Amino acid sequence: MIDPDTVRHVARLARLHLSEEEQETMREELSGILEHIEHITSLDLDDVPVTTHVVELENVLGEDVTHEELSAEEALREAPEVAGGGFSVPRMG
Amino acid sequence: MEALTAEQSIAAITSGQTSSEELVEEALRRSEDDPWGAFLALDGERARRRAKEIDAAAERPPLAGVPIAIKDVLSTRDLETTAGSQILKGFRPLYTATCIKRLERAGAVVVGKTNMDEFAMGSSTENSSYQLTLNPWDMETVPGGSSGGSAATVAARQVPWSLGSDTGGSIRQPASLCGVVGMKPTYGAVSRYGLIAFASSLDQVGPLARTVRDSALLLSHIVGQDPRDSTSLDWWKPIEVPDTERLDGVKIGVISEMLENGIESGVKSATEAATATAAELGAEITEVSLPSSRHGIAAYYLIAPAEASANLARFDGMRYGARAAADDLLEHYERTRGEGFGPEVKRRIMLGTFALASGYYEAYYARAQRVRTLIVRDFGEAFEKVDLLLSPTSPTTAFKIGERVDDPYAMYMSDICTIPMSLAGLPAISIPCGVADGLPVGLQLTGPAFSENGLFSVAHALEQAIDFDALPETLS
Amino acid sequence: MSTAVALEPVIGIEIHVQLATRTKMFCRCRLSFGDPPNTHTCPVCLAHPGVLPVVNGEAIRLGIVAALALGCEIAPRSVFHRKNYFYPDLPKAYQISQYDEPLGVNGHFSVLKPEGEFEVGITRVHLEEDAAKLLHLSSGGRRAGAEQSVVDFNRGGTPLAEIVTEPDLRSAADASEFLKQLRQTMRQLGVSDCNMEEGSMRADANVSVRPVGSTELGTKTELKNMNSFRFLERGIEAEIARQTGMLEAGERVVQETLHFDPATGELHSLRSKEEAHDYRYFPEPDLVPVVPGREWVEQIRTSLGELPVDRRRRWMNELGISYEDAEVLSETTELGAYFEDVASQVDAKSAANWIRGELRSQLKDTGDTPWESKATPERLAELIQLVTDGAIGSSAGQEVLAEVLVSGRPPAEIVDEKGLRQIQDTDALGAIVDQILADNPKETGQLKGGKQKLIGFFVGQVMKETKGSADPRKVQELIRERTG
Ligand SMILES: [Mg+2]
Ligand SMILES: [Zn+2]
Repeated sequence: MIDPDTVRHVARLARLHLSEEEQETMREELSGILEHIEHITSLDLDDVPVTTHVVELENVLGEDVTHEELSAEEALREAPEVAGGGFSVPRMG
Repeated sequence: MEALTAEQSIAAITSGQTSSEELVEEALRRSEDDPWGAFLALDGERARRRAKEIDAAAERPPLAGVPIAIKDVLSTRDLETTAGSQILKGFRPLYTATCIKRLERAGAVVVGKTNMDEFAMGSSTENSSYQLTLNPWDMETVPGGSSGGSAATVAARQVPWSLGSDTGGSIRQPASLCGVVGMKPTYGAVSRYGLIAFASSLDQVGPLARTVRDSALLLSHIVGQDPRDSTSLDWWKPIEVPDTERLDGVKIGVISEMLENGIESGVKSATEAATATAAELGAEITEVSLPSSRHGIAAYYLIAPAEASANLARFDGMRYGARAAADDLLEHYERTRGEGFGPEVKRRIMLGTFALASGYYEAYYARAQRVRTLIVRDFGEAFEKVDLLLSPTSPTTAFKIGERVDDPYAMYMSDICTIPMSLAGLPAISIPCGVADGLPVGLQLTGPAFSENGLFSVAHALEQAIDFDALPETLS
Repeated sequence: MSTAVALEPVIGIEIHVQLATRTKMFCRCRLSFGDPPNTHTCPVCLAHPGVLPVVNGEAIRLGIVAALALGCEIAPRSVFHRKNYFYPDLPKAYQISQYDEPLGVNGHFSVLKPEGEFEVGITRVHLEEDAAKLLHLSSGGRRAGAEQSVVDFNRGGTPLAEIVTEPDLRSAADASEFLKQLRQTMRQLGVSDCNMEEGSMRADANVSVRPVGSTELGTKTELKNMNSFRFLERGIEAEIARQTGMLEAGERVVQETLHFDPATGELHSLRSKEEAHDYRYFPEPDLVPVVPGREWVEQIRTSLGELPVDRRRRWMNELGISYEDAEVLSETTELGAYFEDVASQVDAKSAANWIRGELRSQLKDTGDTPWESKATPERLAELIQLVTDGAIGSSAGQEVLAEVLVSGRPPAEIVDEKGLRQIQDTDALGAIVDQILADNPKETGQLKGGKQKLIGFFVGQVMKETKGSADPRKVQELIRERTG
């Protein structure tokens, strides 16, 4: 149901490295899961609206007032690599 | 020393029989001796200090210095928080989750962080990238998941209560498998700020405890609107600790679809026995159908992975977390994430990315959101007829370690009874209702949105009548 | 395609303006410019695990202001989506933006030109957050490829309004003029400071070319991020020329994204990403819908006042001032108000001339603005009136203005004190003119014989005689009368 190209495409979109073997396992597993899910594609849902939120809230707006900020040291504390006060980025090809 | 419930602990501290320091020390001792693998990290030094402070304070806070364990999916400042993932190994958050801040302000003392399925994706805690957690009832079985550590630690009497998170059943199902009480509040009841997101429109924080009263007490201290969570609700009425004994006039609907095939016979008979007990207490029992609930799993396994695929995209090894060696940016992303995430997380990211990708969005994601509407409507219609719904929490009791790891869909079916409530954002509680083949069975009660107090009342009355007093084998 | 077919360019613009809030779009970190890297961050804008966005209410208000100023309908309900893509400057790996339910739609914006005005359709106005900034550190320049990029999150999460126009523009000059007047509007309404150099206004242009008369659109290219009006204009011109050349040579235009290099005037194709963009938009579950409500929208609409374009049009039509004067005088709200105040007291054209001319040049030294100077609208109007009436000459007027700017005293007082008043008395002046004519018989004869150039000589003589206190216009008049 899902072909190897789709697996590769989706893995690229998601930025996930999958070995050849993982790709094949993934293809089988996703196909299996989608088979179980497929039945919803045959439901007549044309007149049914979507539910994106179950809470009926609107206009939750914050005040434009500054809050406490992190120091640069704190901001960078957990970063695996830093340079020049910034978060270091791998070479951009 | 007997393991006190939270309520008993507060009474004992308040009456001077014991102190927070003593109880925290005891909890730490029990948690350090952790044959079940419930904990990923303990915070002994800080917990002892907090207990001392509370004991020394002029006025005792409401929770009096009772120890608590926290699922590792909640952010705790400076205390390693991994969500069970290698990609967050060693990560020390810069802030504390709102619900934990509230608990600490109320006088709870965090002793440590509990094990879980990686990013809360799983139903057995086997997806933790760090360790297995064993079910205190039978160390060859799983504790359920994803809040397996939080359920096991309460069942094993290491701490009286804990916090978990529930996206499709992740509090209720492990509570059921470990013979404890687990509660998922109405979506929006508890701030999600600091809860590492799995599926934002479904995630809720909730209590795990040994009694319904403790669950209510814990929830009462974490509910309420948080300016940092736009989806959190203003909780206008306090959560009350229940003391109901009778269920006269309460209309309970048994969900017919959830007593059909796929439910283990032991679970079915325990559920039926509990239903009979409810009737004896005066409840009116009817059968109610939720016809669209059978599409729940399908809708859930499109919506939750879709949201997860975006929520987990931030783990890129640049601002925090593990980083793989790579020659360029693309390789960096793919290696860091390919190596940092475990198989189930990758599977769900793939599934969710697929469901959102152009060409598939309408067929999968949008349809799932429409199915969600049907499920919401089903519940709405049911609650026109009954006050609350009754069903098993899990179709089976605790299953063997390794039994479902190779069959993702079989694992997904573990949440068949809990997922519809999550999709509809409804409050639901699981209480132990009996034992089948030596393993506990959980009973799930579901109410309309904001019916927490009613739910606790009924659960409490049933709990008292059922009088589930079995102790896990490993403790007796 | 035959060269005989005339081609016309079709241009649409996408503009991102930074909203002039104090804090970011989804957290309350301070907006800053030029501060050391990563000094205005929090767990939210660093996308730490577990954080949630909270919409900045002021950003919504400014978004509504912008949308109303652009003639848009305000959506009764607008929704944020997640736009998913990986890049180091996007910490969540999704941008929270608006997608199919933007804040404003179906607008139009009038652009004034000296020869008339034209209208540009506004497709939509939506709100979103800005990306962070990539800084490129050099490692001493020893090895190529050794330089390193780092991320500074100070800018990350800045509120943006994205404005998308219909493809209604037909020349690079029009595009640039549209953008200038849009900037003026956004600035005067306090929506944004629209500083292109600092990046608080950025524009992309979609350019295509088609045969005149055709209603179909040709293949378009996108010119990214031109950071000045000049570059925008030059970039679009270069792209129009490139596409026209291709079509005339029978080639096909390829849809691509281009970067204009202002240094060389060349267009470079930006290498497309590894895979086609698939942003996987879906509704942001962490935020709830924005429902502005009629009352709020109407209150904001009322607070807008007269839009800059309407004010300029009114000045030109009702006050009769030139396009250029209106353009300059409407530059800021304060200058516009100053001008209007002066123009309500004296002739509007004289007011415009004085403000743009003498006042501006005298203020250059002090750096003061007209409305902050001691030349209040009343003082300036009094001064202009003195000159208009001929009570003082224009050079005396300059002198008086200088004094007004120092002391703020009434011009009439200064005129009297300095004895600058011109002789207005026709009889007295006439006598002096007669005397001068008589003293210079030869020149008088030549003037009477038609040598008009000599008028200047006589005026000069009279001015000299009166020590400059005569009104030269009047003197000229009297000389003509007597020699005509
Ligand atoms: Mg944009
Ligand atoms: Zn921030």
